[in-house]
Amino acid sequence: MNEHKLIKPYLRLSGLEPLTITPETNFVNIGERTNVTGSRAFAKMILENRFEDAVSVAKQQVENGAQVIDINMDEGMLDGKEAMVRFLNLIASEPDISRVPFMIDSSKWEIIEAGLKCLQGKGIVNSISLKEGEEKFIEYAKKIKRFGAAVVIMAFDEQGQADSFERRIEICKRSYDILTKKVKFPPQDIIFDPNILTVATGIDDHNNYAVDFIRATKWIKDHLPLAKVSGGISNISFSFRGNDLVREAMHSAFLFHAIRAGLDMGIVNAGMITVYDEIPKDLLERVEDVLLNRRSDATERLVEFAEKIKSKGKQAIKDESWRNSSVEERLKHALVKGIVDYIDADTEEARLKYNAPLKVIEGPLMDGMNVVGDLFGSGKMFLPQVVKSARVMKKSVAYLMPFMEQDKDNVQQKAGKILLATVKGDVHDIGKNIVGVVLACNNYEIVDLGVMVPADKILSTAKEIQADIIGLSGLITPSLDEMVHIAREMERQEFKTPLLIGGATTSRVHAAVKIAPNYSHPVIHVLDASRSVPVAGNLLNKEHSKQFALQVRQEYDLLRENHLKRKDEKNFISITEARKHKTAIDWTSYNPQKPTFTGVRVFDDYELNLIRPKIDWTPFFSTWELYGKYPAILNDDVVGSEARKLFDDANVMLDDIITNKKLQARGVIAFYRAASETDDVILYDENGQEFSRLHFLRQQIAKATGQEYYCLADYIAPKESGLADYIGMFAVTAGIGIESLVKKYESEHDDYNSILVKAVADRLAEGFAEVMHEEVRKTHWGYASEENCTIAQLIDEAYTGIRPAPGYPACPDHTEKERIFNILQAEKNAGIHLTENFAMYPASSVSGFYFSHPKSKYFGLGKINRDQVAEYATRKNKPQSYIEKWLSPNLGYNP
Amino acid sequence: MQKPDIKQLLQDRILIIDGAMGTMIQRYTLSESDFRGNRFKDWPSDLKGNNDLLNLTQPQIIEAIHKEYLMAGADIIETNTFSCTSIAMEDYKMSSLAYELNVEGARIARKAADEITALEPHKPRYVAGALGPTNKTASISPNVNDPGYRGITFDELVVAYKEQTKGLIDGGVDLLLVETVFDTLNAKAALYAIQEFLEDNNLDVPVMVSGTITDQSGRTLSGQTTEAFYNSISHVNLLSVGLNCALGAELMRPYLEELSDKALCHVSCYPNAGLPNEMGEYDESPQHMANTIKEFAKSGMLNIVGGCCGTTPAHIKAIADAMKNMKPRVLPIIESV
Repeated sequence: MNEHKLIKPYLRLSGLEPLTITPETNFVNIGERTNVTGSRAFAKMILENRFEDAVSVAKQQVENGAQVIDINMDEGMLDGKEAMVRFLNLIASEPDISRVPFMIDSSKWEIIEAGLKCLQGKGIVNSISLKEGEEKFIEYAKKIKRFGAAVVIMAFDEQGQADSFERRIEICKRSYDILTKKVKFPPQDIIFDPNILTVATGIDDHNNYAVDFIRATKWIKDHLPLAKVSGGISNISFSFRGNDLVREAMHSAFLFHAIRAGLDMGIVNAGMITVYDEIPKDLLERVEDVLLNRRSDATERLVEFAEKIKSKGKQAIKDESWRNSSVEERLKHALVKGIVDYIDADTEEARLKYNAPLKVIEGPLMDGMNVVGDLFGSGKMFLPQVVKSARVMKKSVAYLMPFMEQDKDNVQQKAGKILLATVKGDVHDIGKNIVGVVLACNNYEIVDLGVMVPADKILSTAKEIQADIIGLSGLITPSLDEMVHIAREMERQEFKTPLLIGGATTSRVHAAVKIAPNYSHPVIHVLDASRSVPVAGNLLNKEHSKQFALQVRQEYDLLRENHLKRKDEKNFISITEARKHKTAIDWTSYNPQKPTFTGVRVFDDYELNLIRPKIDWTPFFSTWELYGKYPAILNDDVVGSEARKLFDDANVMLDDIITNKKLQARGVIAFYRAASETDDVILYDENGQEFSRLHFLRQQIAKATGQEYYCLADYIAPKESGLADYIGMFAVTAGIGIESLVKKYESEHDDYNSILVKAVADRLAEGFAEVMHEEVRKTHWGYASEENCTIAQLIDEAYTGIRPAPGYPACPDHTEKERIFNILQAEKNAGIHLTENFAMYPASSVSGFYFSHPKSKYFGLGKINRDQVAEYATRKNKPQSYIEKWLSPNLGYNP
Repeated sequence: MQKPDIKQLLQDRILIIDGAMGTMIQRYTLSESDFRGNRFKDWPSDLKGNNDLLNLTQPQIIEAIHKEYLMAGADIIETNTFSCTSIAMEDYKMSSLAYELNVEGARIARKAADEITALEPHKPRYVAGALGPTNKTASISPNVNDPGYRGITFDELVVAYKEQTKGLIDGGVDLLLVETVFDTLNAKAALYAIQEFLEDNNLDVPVMVSGTITDQSGRTLSGQTTEAFYNSISHVNLLSVGLNCALGAELMRPYLEELSDKALCHVSCYPNAGLPNEMGEYDESPQHMANTIKEFAKSGMLNIVGGCCGTTPAHIKAIADAMKNMKPRVLPIIESV
């Protein structure tokens, strides 16, 4: 026992668990997605204050194998220090994340220091350098040492960034000497980043960048004892953005050589690396020619080659070798990749092999779906892929069904039974269908009652099938009330079934404030399909369900309290006072444009080809939980390739819809002479007689002195001005014929296409509304005949006039749709009808008003007060309670 | 009084640190008015249970307890200052007394140690100034609904610990002991404060750290494994690192072994007298505890040993006797490159 034990001077980091970097540690990969400068998706989450989502990015990183995560909040629009502290504190509370060490990444010292004050473990500072001179460098290094962190040193000095081998080693040597001699920094805690710079840029000076980095790495490891080397790997391939095949090959080949030279760690996107040995030989040769600067035409040759493999597209690389594996492997492959081509044959083969259809489902099919579920859960698969997997699964099960009938004794063990429905009066079901598919993939039995389902039907079915969970969906605001009603009914009928709430207008706050208090059992808002799985899992888990329910209940109680508190702080001015500050428009100098016709005009079978170019694709992607702006999303590092596939599928479908006239677009518009009177707009017929009135609402939340309180009626010349002004109305749809398409897909067990066609039709309807509006501005009303907008400007609304829709922020009262529909005879003229809750059917429809005044603009009404509601009820000749029901999200008081 | 460098002594033998202060104070069954003494008789909040306040109101009791441990064989006694930060003292509205409590706590221990050393000059006694974890955690949210919330920040902890360090050093301690670390970030703040204070005042006081593994999950309350905990504080040049509290000696063994394998500095251990029984009392006998610890020493894991909750001068005496001919753990050497 008297022997001195030898302890090796390794770099020893820690989160909740230790991470020791030894010479045998092959390569430490540092997760790069929690970086606002490197990931647009992450930056968006932070900027939009969606820290929960940001935390899940960190979680994915660790689940995907990141051994350290790099965190960067350097973004001009952010308080970087605050964001860093908040994020670190949040992830510190997630043991699945905080088990790994954190890398505090910032160019600002104050952010680094704030970050260090949150680290329980031993982390890494990324980075400091001699850029600001030796004095600052020493000061920072001393502090880092006192906090107990390792440090990344950039090869940067007073003269700038090192870009040659000589400069790299000169700066690293100088930094090392200062750190080890003057600061007494432990050499094993020093990590050099000798700048990975982009190659194949076309600039000859850049050709040797990779070689210089690799040589510098080797030199550092040979001459600066115990120091480590790291770098940002994806920099190397920036020239080939958008060509992932080439980029992946470059990353892997570069890592292969750099690691051999001694690279210890790197910031990498684990999804953007391929296996070195699997890089096709011809590609590898060209990639290495570039990286190792082996020939003067290396860049040209790689660029040329890259073009070729890019243009060859997927077809060229389609790999059919999986067909040679076992039937189980083939089924799994088909499920994970969403390939239906061989599913019947493979299923048949499996059925014969297993000798019982159920065994096929419980065996290879469930195994495959578990892989899908895991990949989706860990962020390695995206929603459109999962829906495609579900299609494969459904087809296979459908194939097996007739055999199952003969073999009825065996009942498959499901994780639980979930009843889904879009509530009464609402027709929107894309989101609900996606949730259904995702849950089904996770082995839940889904009973989907479809759309416009009344409360008693939902509840009686739930009893009959003994549902374990009830999920309600709705998109329009009146559906919120219907959900409250259902919750009350569940309480009255002594249900105990947990209630899930989802859909575009629902929110956690609404669920907490309005729904949860009406039901003594769990009420949980589910943000999107990916959230539905863990929520269902927690609710049905015998061990945790109680605790989970309690936790959600407490969370909602707190939300409710905070919400109620906040509400008290809102100040209202009286409606009379608000009207004194209406939108200031000088009507004396205004000359309203007369439309080319008054009355109604019908557009039967509008040319879909004209609509297609006006489609705004961004919301289409978010329907599929792929977030990002079109077209940039197609090249997004994370979701780009899935977005492209989805986009291709949508366009193939559009081609088919248009060529084969599978959907029909119909619309109706109308213009009338109009005048405003307080907050109403009077409509006049041909003879100048008032024949109807539109009722609008005015903002009432107190603003700074001198501000205006908007109301749409302000944009129509007042009666007393004597001006002949006009207002327009419209209702358009692109959903005529969709029912039979959806039925067809459903009969083929093809959820993917069934959801896709609805999503495409929605986009067409919005595009149609946009095209029609443009036509109105330029031709039918003609007040902007000179206008020429690009699609981006259209989306940004860079034109004159607006087309607000009832139920949306400027005029949230859905019941006004009834008046529009009556005037337009929209059911007869365009084939759109209104449900009892004023949802439009087909769902892919848009309706609203046209205003032409140059000052007219979209705004949000916000909360309104009792005095206006009472008066509005009188104006509409309805009981106040009726109005309060429809406007409940806008009430600034408790009715 | 000139004492040999404690590092010299640590090479020769296993040093004994004292046992529980709280357990001993309980034996005096003090009343609210005993705690208040004359000075705090009108203090607005209840003071019973504020053991550290006894440094001001019943210093003779604290001194007597220190002496019992010194007589039982302790080489190192800990000051009665576990909760003497402005943060922990908020509970009694006594934040402003934090400095004074530390100075007095250090003085009492200093006096006791010096008097006993004078009786046995061949056996010098050391005073370790105890810095406890406070009652707040810098890396855990006290609010289950808001995991990002923190009840205390690093900066606030640094301020409080700096004041405590100053008080302990002004009162004459030989060593500083950051102990019962259940949240390593708190400990890092304490170490940050200590380093800054020592550097600013050009002092060199050896620093010890003792962490707490809360249960057989092998983790601190804030979730770190033993090795992760050590890595987090290894940037400081420590006299010793070790474990105390929460577990009895037997259950502490695997974690102590892990630490002994990794630590570049000396290793300490002062476990509880077993786990609490159904009555909430610690009832492991002095002999049983000493036997367990003897095996630790045989395995070469120990440099400093003593007791935490439930231990008494009898336990310390049994441990000291058991350690008599045991060899201390040999400091590892960093392999050269």
